[in-house]
Parts: sequence; C-alpha cells; structure tokens
Amino acid sequence: MIETHQLGKRFHDSGGGELRAVQDVNFRCAPGQIYGLLGANGAGKTTTLRILATILAPSEGRATVAGFDVESQPEQVRRNIGFLSTATALYARLTAEEMVQYFGRLHGLDEAVLRRRIDEIFERLGMNEFRRRRCDALSTGMKQRVSIARTLVHDPPVMIFDEPTAGLDVMAARTILDFIRECRDRGKTVVFSTHVMSEAEKVCDTIGIIHQGRLLVEGTLAELGNRYAGKNLEDIFMAVVQP
Amino acid sequence: MKLKDIGIVYRKEMTDSLRDRRTLISMIVVPILVMPLLTIGMGALTAEMVGRAEQETPAIMVLGGADSPNVMEELRAQKDLRVVPAAADYAKQIEDKRIPAAVEIPPGFDATVAAGAPAVVTVYDYEGNLKSGIAVDRLRKFFRDLGDHTVSERLAAQRLPDSLIHPFDVKVQNVVSPEKETGEIVGGIVPYIVILLCLTGAIYPAIDLTAGEKERGTMETILTSPVARIDLVFGKFFTVLTASVATAILAVLSMGVSFGVAKTLLMSLATSGQAGGFTLSINPKSVVAVFVMVLPLAVLFSAALLAIALFAKSYKEAQSYLQPLTIIVILPGIAALLPGVELNAHLALIPVLNTSLVSKEILTGTYHWHYIALIFASSCVYAAVALTFAVRLFEREDVLFRT
Repeated sequence: MIETHQLGKRFHDSGGGELRAVQDVNFRCAPGQIYGLLGANGAGKTTTLRILATILAPSEGRATVAGFDVESQPEQVRRNIGFLSTATALYARLTAEEMVQYFGRLHGLDEAVLRRRIDEIFERLGMNEFRRRRCDALSTGMKQRVSIARTLVHDPPVMIFDEPTAGLDVMAARTILDFIRECRDRGKTVVFSTHVMSEAEKVCDTIGIIHQGRLLVEGTLAELGNRYAGKNLEDIFMAVVQP
Repeated sequence: MKLKDIGIVYRKEMTDSLRDRRTLISMIVVPILVMPLLTIGMGALTAEMVGRAEQETPAIMVLGGADSPNVMEELRAQKDLRVVPAAADYAKQIEDKRIPAAVEIPPGFDATVAAGAPAVVTVYDYEGNLKSGIAVDRLRKFFRDLGDHTVSERLAAQRLPDSLIHPFDVKVQNVVSPEKETGEIVGGIVPYIVILLCLTGAIYPAIDLTAGEKERGTMETILTSPVARIDLVFGKFFTVLTASVATAILAVLSMGVSFGVAKTLLMSLATSGQAGGFTLSINPKSVVAVFVMVLPLAVLFSAALLAIALFAKSYKEAQSYLQPLTIIVILPGIAALLPGVELNAHLALIPVLNTSLVSKEILTGTYHWHYIALIFASSCVYAAVALTFAVRLFEREDVLFRT
C-alpha cells in the first residue's frame, strides 16, 4: 500500500530562488493495483517517486509505503520497495550475478536464501547465459533484466517504476511492461510513471495526471473518459493540462 | 551504524575498484615504479653525470702569460687540464658553455713570483655549473700546488724544513651513524614521496566511488537500497583508505628494495672512485614508524577526497577540484625539505608539513615523543573532522543530486 497526503517538495537554487517541484499531492495505491502517474517532462513525477523511495525527503505533507513513514522510517520503506528507473544504472564492472547478490545482501538476505532466490530469478528471466558476464558487456535488454532481478531479489511488496521504458526499444520496453503487469498479478502495489500515453492506457488501473507539481485529476481510464469526453488518453491529458 | 552493511559495501567497492584500471595504476604501478626511479635511477644518473664530468679533461683558456714561460709550461704539462688558445670573447664562450673556465695570468707573473712580490691570478667561471666547478677546482689545485712548490723551493734554499709552513693538518671525522647520515640526506624526500603517493593512490577510487557513481547513474540505484547513508560512506571511505594505505605500503616496500639495490650500486660506484664514500642505511623500524605517522594522514586524505569528489557532478569536475588539492599537499611537503625548517610546536599542528618533518626526524633515528604524540593527535582530529564532513555531505540531497 502507498498513501500520500498533501505531499510537497521545494528545491532551492543557488540564486536563493525556490522551486515547488511537487505540491499537495494526494493519492493511494492498493496491493494488486497499478497506479500510473502521467505527466510531461518536469511535471514532478520523478520527484514524487524519489520521495516515495526515500531518496529525497518531503518538504511538506507525508507519505507511507507498506505502512512505513518515508521520513521517520526510511530504511524500512527501502526494505519493502523495488525501485526501477532508467536512471538506476548497473555497476559496469560487476557481473550480473554480483550485482544482484550485492543488493540481496544489502537487503539482509542470508547467503542460502540469496543463492536460492538468485537461481530462481535468473532461471525465470532467462539470465543464466550471461550470469557471469560483466554488466558493461551486456546488451540493453540484458541490462534491463539485471535491473529487474535487482528489484525483485528481496521480493518487495511495493514496486516503484519511474519512466522505466525511456530510451528503450520496443522489445525491451515490452519486457518491462510485462514485468509491471506480472508484479500486479502477484499482488504487489505498483506505482508507475510515464509520459507515454499508450503505455499508461495499456497497464494502469488508475491514472493520475500530474502537471506543474500538482496532481490535477485521477481515475480509471473509463472514469476519465466519461468526465472529459475524450476518445483516448492523449485527448484527456490535453484537456486536463490545457483547459 | 551496521558493521555488516559497511562490510558488504566495502567488499563490493573493493571488487569494483580492483577491476578499475586507473585505480590499479595509481595504487600499484606508480608506487612500484616511482621509488626505484627516484633512488636507483636518479642516484645512478647523478653518479654517472658527475663521473663523466670528472673524467673529461676541461679546456682552459689562458689569457696572457706570454712573458711567463714557466707557469705556461707547467699548465700545458697538466694531464687533467687542456690549454686552448686565448680569445677576446672568453666570457661569452664561458656563458655559452663552450669552455668551462678561463684563467688570466698577470703580466710578468714568473718574474713577480721569483721576486717574492704578490701576484693575483684571476679565474673566470660559470658559477653553479658542474663542469665549470670541476675546472675551477683543478685550476685552484694547480695554483695551490705551484704556490706550495715555490715555497718549498724557497725553504729548501734557506735550509728550512717544509713543516714551517705546514705546522698542522686538519682532519674531518664523521661521528654519526650511517642511519643518521642517510636520514639527513634522504629523510625529507622519502616521507614526502610516501605522503604524496598516499594522496595520489586515494584520488582515483575517491572520484570513482562518488562523482563516478553519479555520472554512471548508480548513485540512485544504491540510494534505493536499505543501506544507511552513514554505512555507505564508511564502506566507501574504507575502500579509499585501503587504496591509499596500499599505495603507501607498496611505496615503502619498493623504497626498501630500491635502497638495497641503490646501496650496492652506489657502493660499487664509490669503490670505483666515481661517488664519494657515501653509504646508505635505513632502519626498518624507522620506516614502520614513518608509516604509522602517515596513517592518520591517509585517513584525512581519504575522507577529504571522498567529500570533495562527492560534491562534483562528474569525473572531470572532480578531477578539476582535486588537482589544486595536490598542490596544497605538495607545498607543505616542499617546505619540509627546505634547509633549516625544523619541527616546533607550531609546525606540529600544520597537516602534511608536521608529518613530513617528524618523519624526517624519525628516519635519522631521532624520536621526539611529545611532538610525535602532538602530531599523531592533531592528524587524528583533522581526519575525524574530514570524515564527519563527508558523512554530512552524503546526507545532503542537493549534493547527491546536484545537476
């Protein structure tokens, strides 16, 4: 479960100016559900998700992830999430297996459990052929699978995806979208940010449109269609952000 | 703080760093090469250059002397000097290093000397130049011998003993051990090199583990793991410290081997008469003591480098921040090499300079325990401040996500 209440984030620039990247964001995402944060570049999606992942601290409001408060219990929050974005790169000089092992160990898995978990994930994702290959020698698709394995190694109840398909080709993007659906089917709480309308249409149960740091509307695709009389998500999005 | 997590981060960072070519070069290749180059290479080169210059017969231009056949004949008969014809531009020739020196024999020199009247011979040289110095030494010796010979002849003519003008001899005897002698000669430069290598060994891993992570996008990945930031900093800090200390240890080992080789080499040169009777001796205990003194400095360097490099957005930016730091370290190091700069309570508080100075003393076998304690304690305080600063910086999101 993810819940945010009046969540806000201000950044200060070197000139003493203030930027409100996120303000008054309220949403809720239940287990077995995919919540899509839809917004243009700079809308506040990444900042919101970074607050949920405890990488950034909120300036206002609060958020709980898997029942833990992001500000007062950041370590417990991180133990319960898998965070994937195109910015979360791999350690180039580690092998695929070492990469996943490292994160498994940081999640406190003991060696026997970790070994079993890695075998299982590598088998499921078809990663055994490049298991001992260094990450800098992997193709984009292989790297994506290593990243997925990293987020799954501790079997977290909450998954956070920040524009995970940005810059990927159709095949690699599809692998990710299938994986996101699989997470929901396994009963995980999933938050997914994108600016690609078709992706949001395909995978999200609930869509929240974020613009200039504010969550303007939210609802299922059908609900939004009814409210804005749009034929597709793009029409709805434009109607919301440029009324 | 969780030791287990620090250990996990440390193990991973070590594996990662040991696969980084730049880190390996600065940590292993540089210290192994620098010490032999410095001791054996420079030593042998210097001995070779001096030896060659000494073996050469300097060409001396004699100005005047046409009316003094005796001194001219003696000069020409010298095997270690070669007389070349006089030219009006002798000064220019010396300046252009075409001849090392010239000597001016005053008019009527032979007659003046024979008459027992005073005469002045002028030698023109290129001060500070090795070859010119050798030529001047030989000219001095020639004229001293000529003077002595003249006096001896006069004494003999008067039936007086030679000891009349040589009532006594002066003999200089070295009373310090070879260890102290070596310490005085190389004591400044050796700790300086070890300190410098401590810094250079830490630079690449420090950048790689901070700005490098930001640049490659792995910083965000690691920040989403449950590891506490303080554990992350300590894991990284110990990796950088390991690189720094490993570089220093390799430098010290390489120094030991180089000294062994240099000793044999210089001894053989000394017996062949090319270098003075200089012997090299360093007490292994002193080397260990120097190393212990350098340790808190390695902690200071590692923490400071980590903090500064973390502030940078990219590898390149970090390098441009750390280059001035190298100069900041070089300056007090050089100050310690200056003659007359000796350890006192004020200097004992200046980082790098204090360690350089105390190491210089330790290598001569002198242990001023109160200074050693003061330096060790102040270095530890500086290191702790730098480490606290690094931890604080890791907790600042504007530094971690500086764009």
